[in-house]
Amino acid sequence: MLDVVKTVPIEYYLWLSCALFCIGVFGVLVRRNALVVLMCVELMLNAVNLLLAAFSTYLSDAQGQILVFFIMVVAAAEAAVGLGILVMIFRNTHTTDIYWLDKLRG
Amino acid sequence: MTLAVFLTLAIASIVFALLMVLTKNPVHSVIFLLLTFFAVAGQYVLLNAQFLAVVHIIVYAGAVMVLFLFVLMLLNLNTEAEPRQTARWKLAAALVSGMLMLTLVGTLRAGAALPIPENTDPHVGLVQNLGKVLFTDFVVPFEMAGILFLAAMVGAVLLAKREIR
Repeated sequence: MLDVVKTVPIEYYLWLSCALFCIGVFGVLVRRNALVVLMCVELMLNAVNLLLAAFSTYLSDAQGQILVFFIMVVAAAEAAVGLGILVMIFRNTHTTDIYWLDKLRG
Repeated sequence: MTLAVFLTLAIASIVFALLMVLTKNPVHSVIFLLLTFFAVAGQYVLLNAQFLAVVHIIVYAGAVMVLFLFVLMLLNLNTEAEPRQTARWKLAAALVSGMLMLTLVGTLRAGAALPIPENTDPHVGLVQNLGKVLFTDFVVPFEMAGILFLAAMVGAVLLAKREIR
């Protein structure tokens, strides 16, 4: 039996994940630099990953950790494509301020 | 001892995440996010998910953050060019995320208490066990992840090219 399962209640991991996720939401809302917004999305994905890994260990089920790998795959692909789009936008508008990126608005 | 390590890592990750959001310089944001990732990797080690911790460090600290830093340097963004949100918008954002936090914690507390597992298998996070599950039960999603990576790579190269002829 793992030491962490005996001494740390699973609820603590719930609260930690909630806190990290909400900080990520706060960052997405409050920052105007598109690059930092993408970083905050990564933080939110990480909060979910942590909770999945915690439940995987507490329930002795490897499927949770496999799911974390797939989330990492999607996060890495998202970062690559997102940064590609960002570089393209910067080349055309010379800004990464999301305030000015409303060209699609009718 | 384990609880102390958990609390230290938890407080460190929350403080670094807050600093990441609140600091004005985007380069500092990247560094603080990196420190947050290291704290989360520490949690994985604590949960006896060593392989996950190593992959987390390699993928996030080694690949994703370097990509972010590289684009940041390429675009030459600094504190003076950093756009600022108005105070009213900041207050609204803090209110929204705080209320989301309250809702999540309240909902999770209202539910039934989670049972403490009687017995756990300490080998679940080791690479032998994970590899067995990944290449038997999850082999189709694994191959699809490869296709997704290929599509993302082609898309990123196509987007970053100067002109498409």
